[in-house]
Amino acid sequence: MSDTIKGLKAIVFGERDDVAGPAIRACLEAAGAEIVHENTACFV
Amino acid sequence: MTTTPVIREFSYCLAHVPELVQYGSKPMREISRDPSLADRIVAATRSFEAAAAYPPNQAFIGRIRPEELASIERPWFAAAAESAEQANEMSVGPYGEIVSEALFYSLLWQADILSPPLFEVHDDVAHRMEKVLAAHPVLPDASPHREPSEAAAAAAHDLEEGHPLPLMFDGREVAWFHRDNRAEGREDENLMAHTLLENLCTKASGALALSWLLRRAELEPDAIDYVITCGEEAVGDRYQRGGGGMAKAIAQMVGCSRASGMDVKNFCAAPANAILTACALVKAGLHERVAVVGGGSLAKLGMKFLSFLDKGVPILDDCLGAMAFLITKDDGVSPIVRLDEGAVGRAPIGASASDEAVYRSLVVEPLSALGLTIPDVDRFAPELQNPEIMEHAGSGDVARKNYRKIAAMAVMSGQLEKKEMKSFVERVGMSGFAPTQGHIPSAVPYLGHAIDALRSGDIQRAMFVGKASLFLGRCTDLFDGVSFLLEPNPAA
Repeated sequence: MSDTIKGLKAIVFGERDDVAGPAIRACLEAAGAEIVHENTACFV
Repeated sequence: MTTTPVIREFSYCLAHVPELVQYGSKPMREISRDPSLADRIVAATRSFEAAAAYPPNQAFIGRIRPEELASIERPWFAAAAESAEQANEMSVGPYGEIVSEALFYSLLWQADILSPPLFEVHDDVAHRMEKVLAAHPVLPDASPHREPSEAAAAAAHDLEEGHPLPLMFDGREVAWFHRDNRAEGREDENLMAHTLLENLCTKASGALALSWLLRRAELEPDAIDYVITCGEEAVGDRYQRGGGGMAKAIAQMVGCSRASGMDVKNFCAAPANAILTACALVKAGLHERVAVVGGGSLAKLGMKFLSFLDKGVPILDDCLGAMAFLITKDDGVSPIVRLDEGAVGRAPIGASASDEAVYRSLVVEPLSALGLTIPDVDRFAPELQNPEIMEHAGSGDVARKNYRKIAAMAVMSGQLEKKEMKSFVERVGMSGFAPTQGHIPSAVPYLGHAIDALRSGDIQRAMFVGKASLFLGRCTDLFDGVSFLLEPNPAA
């Protein structure tokens, strides 16, 4: 999996009451992706 | 000398306002792009009978327990009152009431103190509105502002640049809502009709909840020392938008002439923070009886309406929510908020925003400070948005998502086996039942039910976890959270 993600540029959309942006960022960065934009939305 | 504060009373009310849905933020923006949506919105709203019988609304005003919702077949909006008489009966609960749009307009009228008036009502309707207010057993008995003589109303129209907002009822225009038409208000975009309507909706619904709180507590308005509001409105003119004043506005409307007050702002987590602030004021001996009040949010009406139109479902985000809580010195009976060192959860600025860090700060550490673990809590109250509204909009069951995170935290902390997660959530959780009104659904809708359950001995401990999306203000990328634990009064 990390081979597929390594080196990719990623846009992260998180949700406050679901998986927040920082958590997705941490996972993707650990797998070698570069985060070019991160946002956490609130749908309530 | 300090005293232990208690949460002695509470109230919960709804205003069913289908004609105001068009003035919610999302509907207004969409209607400006496609005016035909206005008629579609009206056609998709539901009757007062349907809103009164709606099971989540019944749970909100205390006619059923939130734990009972899980056993009521979906869709909940299929529930209906058999007659107008039954709907009226179902609209009044032990915790408060669901008022009709006609009654809410009367409250808006009563809430307006400006001259020339913001709320201008047709003469033939005015008399009916006055009778409705006078006949209501709970509402303040002050007469509405009756200054709008024909001359003043005509002047107001002459001064209007653009049109006042029409307020409809049963398809008929019954009133208008103006901007501030005084010389000092005319050039101020913060005093436009729509912004002032938002603020007056918060004031009127908050006054409804505070009136119910006083009735339940069997207190005269003068018994209240201090009022704290926790809404998301921004009251003020161009030099101090958001300056506040809602607390004293509501207290004045209800006749709390001895009270002072202030507004606490913290997005959705403001109610929990306002309750903690009230507890601190009572504990420090500054005040004896503090009312915390949250009025409704016009902006959030119809926020998910496009999804409802797409699916042919009635627009369910059609109610303003309001609630109030009374915090007093220890009465030896009412539940207490644990204010021991470290027992109140918070989200420090320097902490990580990861779920693990957030729930460690909000749940694990406060409980640990009291020598408790997550499974020691009988009920958790997180964000309690009605899932039937959220799921239709594709946002899922917010309460359930929060329960899963609490359960996962318990597993990560070694306090729960992974295989026990499902049964744990069933034991400590409940369905969301609050209207999607921003701060209203944030943990405290369960506070009234929790107080009843603690008094009856059904539960021994309830934890309230509120969250706030501070990043929506564009001044920070932070979020906030707060939690507190409610327990029976040791002397009870």
